[in-house]
Amino acid sequence: MNSKFKIEPDRSLYPSVGKDGKLEIDLSSGKYVKIWHGPNHPGVTGNMSLELTICGDEIVEAKTHVGYLHRGFEKIFERRTWMQCFPTVVRMCVPEPDTNEYCLAAAMEELSGVEAPEYAQWMRTLVLEMARLTNLLRTVPGLGGTMGLGLGVQWGVYMRDLLLDRFEELTGARIYHMYIIPGGVRGKMPEGFKERLLSNLKEIDDFSLRVKKLIFDNAVVKKRAVGTGYVDPSWVDRFGVVGPNARAAGVNRDVRKDYPYLKYAELDFEPYVDENKGSDVYSRFWVRYMDMINTVALIRQILDKMPNDGEILARIPNALHWSIPKGQTYVRCESSRGEYGFYAVSDGSEYPRRINLRGPSYTHAIALLEKLLVNANISDVSPIMVSLTTCPPEIER
Amino acid sequence: MEEIIKNIEKMVVITAKKRQRDNLYFVTTGKDQAIPVITYLRDYEGFSHFVMLSVADWMEEGEFELMYLLNHPVKKVDIGVCVRIPRENASMHTAHHLWEQIWSYQRELKEMYGIDFPGSPRVDESFLLEGWDQIPPMRREFDTLKYAEETYFPRPGRETHDPATYMKQKLYPNE
Repeated sequence: MNSKFKIEPDRSLYPSVGKDGKLEIDLSSGKYVKIWHGPNHPGVTGNMSLELTICGDEIVEAKTHVGYLHRGFEKIFERRTWMQCFPTVVRMCVPEPDTNEYCLAAAMEELSGVEAPEYAQWMRTLVLEMARLTNLLRTVPGLGGTMGLGLGVQWGVYMRDLLLDRFEELTGARIYHMYIIPGGVRGKMPEGFKERLLSNLKEIDDFSLRVKKLIFDNAVVKKRAVGTGYVDPSWVDRFGVVGPNARAAGVNRDVRKDYPYLKYAELDFEPYVDENKGSDVYSRFWVRYMDMINTVALIRQILDKMPNDGEILARIPNALHWSIPKGQTYVRCESSRGEYGFYAVSDGSEYPRRINLRGPSYTHAIALLEKLLVNANISDVSPIMVSLTTCPPEIER
Repeated sequence: MEEIIKNIEKMVVITAKKRQRDNLYFVTTGKDQAIPVITYLRDYEGFSHFVMLSVADWMEEGEFELMYLLNHPVKKVDIGVCVRIPRENASMHTAHHLWEQIWSYQRELKEMYGIDFPGSPRVDESFLLEGWDQIPPMRREFDTLKYAEETYFPRPGRETHDPATYMKQKLYPNE
């Protein structure tokens, strides 16, 4: 090796910081190049892009760009009656739309003083856990996908499809279910549904073992993912990190436990927390893997504990002319990506004054991701981004 | 929680307070008092998790209501600090120094509502909209229907119905 070759010990000093505190990046020097990672890129989660300034293959600056999917939902809500918001609200998140349905329904119920019947609450709990599992089946093997190991993703898509079959059977729709409505749910469990769901869960058990061997026991994956994209536990509050990303840093944050809603207080479960505070790409995916295993167990527990029959809908006013009393509230639930909440303001009319979504990606994909990517290698952009499970529609709304 | 609100009242004037449920409270204070209150809640009362910054447009009253939602991860309680500011030349003190993610909320509010946060990083960079030359689109006076009719053109043969009238015809045609 050339003896003059020297490794810069502190990469954050490269490029240097100017007197104004900004990085001195002179693009005309030929030392730096700007590249766009997305919006059309296999390693990008949805329609967003990253403006990367690179030096060699190292990122020196990253900026998140969103706006490719802005559909103005929150503006549209102002022109819709509360009930008319439902077909729109589910579209805020494609992989896990049910959390949106629940949050809006819960906000309307809280402001109106309506309570969903017991059986409907159990069905809601079941549907939310099924939605979590559906999303995790796609996300967990994604660790391999970001490194060119696509086989696990293909398996996951098939497993997800099995659950989509159950959703179709229960709600009539595969993606946007619109099953949880204010006052309750739209229907009861069809005959034989429970047995078919349990049979699907058995297949998912087998899938989980295969995914572990394929991805989590894989030496190449470990070599690339361990230590990459480290989130310091002190950043959890500083950046608003929630859900599995916080639990990978050893900070136990789970809305289901911290603020029990629906029937979670009656269920016996413990969210997985990485006690070693790995907090890297591998650790975040491992937390999600454990979430997947725990969700399967939780669905079995729900099916076991829930009543066989009951009322599905509370008495609610005429849905077309439902004036929600004046007030404001914030309702949250735990999505597969972390805390997911709706801030709803009513002026007492039939139309919402404001419905504002708080998705975990708002902080994970902008402030946190921009920080994590500095000094990362360009080949690690996808693993870091996917390990945070960023979802652009939550940001754009 | 009542104790914490009393402590805040010793520091600043609280113009309104509401207990929404056991673990959610809202307090309203003045523009110049809001950031000190939020800082106090974070540094002295342990509200270390910043949940969100939102705004409701009360156009009829000529005001925006900003809402900073803070969470106490140990006591499991939320408090929303609300601030009313005039809609004309709307401006609010920046809070980006308190939590790292706040600047992106402030950047969004600048673009969508026209609320300025002087000193907030990248506050003038476009967030979602590039080349937008109209009034901020989330302000209530912005007419989405008019904008859509002027900007886009409908496909031939497409009908639209007023949902309420249409549903009435379908469900209760004789009423």
